[in-house]
Amino acid sequence: MHDETIQIRWHGRGGQGAITAAKIFAQAAFTHGFPGVVMAPSFGTERRGAPVEVSLKISKTKINDLCPIESPDVVVVLDDSILRDADVTAGIKPGGILVINTPKGRAVYRGANVKLATADVTHLAEQAGLRRGIVNTGIIGALARALPIVPLAALLDAIGTEFGAQRAAANIEAARLTHEHTEME
Amino acid sequence: MFVFESGNVAAAGAVKLARAKVIAAYPITPQTPLTEKLSEYVDNGTMEAEYVAVESEHSALAVCIGALSAGSRAFTATSSHGLLYMAEQLHWTAGARLPMVMCVVNRAVGAPFSIWNDHQDSISQRDAGWIQIYVADHQEILDATIKAFRLAEELCIPVMVCYDGYYLSHTYMPYEVPEQSAVDAFLPPYSYRHTLGPDNPASLNTVTLPGGRLDIHGEFAPGYMELRHSLDLEMKRAIDIYTRIDGEFAKTVGRGGSPIVQTHLCDDAEYVAVALGSMASQLKDVADTLREEGLAVGVLAVSMYRPFPGEILTAALAGRKRVIVFEKALSFGQSGALYSDLRAALYSCDTKPIMSNYILGLGGRSYKSSDFCEAIRQSVARDSACGDHMGWIGLNR
Repeated sequence: MHDETIQIRWHGRGGQGAITAAKIFAQAAFTHGFPGVVMAPSFGTERRGAPVEVSLKISKTKINDLCPIESPDVVVVLDDSILRDADVTAGIKPGGILVINTPKGRAVYRGANVKLATADVTHLAEQAGLRRGIVNTGIIGALARALPIVPLAALLDAIGTEFGAQRAAANIEAARLTHEHTEME
Repeated sequence: MFVFESGNVAAAGAVKLARAKVIAAYPITPQTPLTEKLSEYVDNGTMEAEYVAVESEHSALAVCIGALSAGSRAFTATSSHGLLYMAEQLHWTAGARLPMVMCVVNRAVGAPFSIWNDHQDSISQRDAGWIQIYVADHQEILDATIKAFRLAEELCIPVMVCYDGYYLSHTYMPYEVPEQSAVDAFLPPYSYRHTLGPDNPASLNTVTLPGGRLDIHGEFAPGYMELRHSLDLEMKRAIDIYTRIDGEFAKTVGRGGSPIVQTHLCDDAEYVAVALGSMASQLKDVADTLREEGLAVGVLAVSMYRPFPGEILTAALAGRKRVIVFEKALSFGQSGALYSDLRAALYSCDTKPIMSNYILGLGGRSYKSSDFCEAIRQSVARDSACGDHMGWIGLNR
């Protein structure tokens, strides 16, 4: 059993880019010391605006268990409105990390036994030059701060590769800015 | 080069590397992204092929039958109801001895309607005369699909490469994409012995009377029954031929080694868990866990299910205390199909293991590694005097 596997569950809304964000993080992890990387969107249909989950498992060895994550080490929430619609911390390990895009700071979540990392990604991404509501690259910066297993530079490179030349700069800046302004408990 | 992509994209990449010339497919979940990717390759010119958008799966395979008969390498893919809608053409392809390759992205079959994974679709078609290969991860999807073209074309028998819907089709993981030159060295251009064309007209597979028959030269020609007999004999050769092909693939591409069955911790195992597809991969973790508890558990993945590698399986499993078969499909009123086949293969050996059959994951019902652990512990703890048994995992009652 791969106890050393880091399990990250992402919560977003259909169309918000949770899959792309998880994919970028996974690719950077793969090229920086984690040969075992598996990412899977929730099995089934996806509707724009409806809550979606993405499972991302990262390990130093090949991952054989492809089942969706049930006890995450880290939960990433792309938009705090999802807290109303989904039990985002379901099954989270004691002392697990909860990364949330919110303007409310620590007040956004009152549950016990998790380490909270918050950033106003929506605002910071806009400041970086992205259209309002594009949060999937900014949130990568927040996760990189909360879970420093992959160098920020590698993540920024992966963002650059994912987006074409025209869109790369603002997306990279969104992640960098969010990384700088993430508040950790 | 390593890429991080979905299983459907891995399959599409294999078809591109194999230089298929005709693709005819109808989209169905969870196969859809595979056909979308292929149509994108054809559209943007990275793949030199004809993409025929058809109105049904029946027509998809019919188009491929035409393409293969006229001398073009063809490919299609489907899932669930799509595979069943092709059923008539499946038998035709095998009977006509056409070297078709198809990916089946395994999905449950209605009613009731389900888009989620199990193996009922391809298992229900196991007797159609196709070779069936089940794979456990993206690297195997890519490698097996390329090797399947060689196998189909050497034997003139169609091949299904089956992979789990969602668990593999929509899951992303890293895999290595070989160089086009390596694949070209491994897989020669398609050439078919009986190519039809305006210059070479023929009437093939017409009504064949029950008895023997004479050909146009007045000489004895194989009748329906002789053709079935030779399909059976030649399909059985697929085990040796695929093993050789896999060796050649390993030489040119650098991967391979156990194309028929794959084992994990089996050398000293008293208990062996057997499965098809991605479950077999997960069972490796299960065996590792149970080994820590002191249970000598091993895993055997059946990669080639048709032809059934009975001798290899008997050699691998005779003398074990228990064999536990996990299946995502069943023959209603009997048991899991793999279990039946395996039990029949082991019937004649003197040291037949006691066998358990667990059915799980039907219609996408979730399962965890701990479910497999519990089932194996339960099976091991059973009084051996009770003999073989069948159980279900994850049933709410």
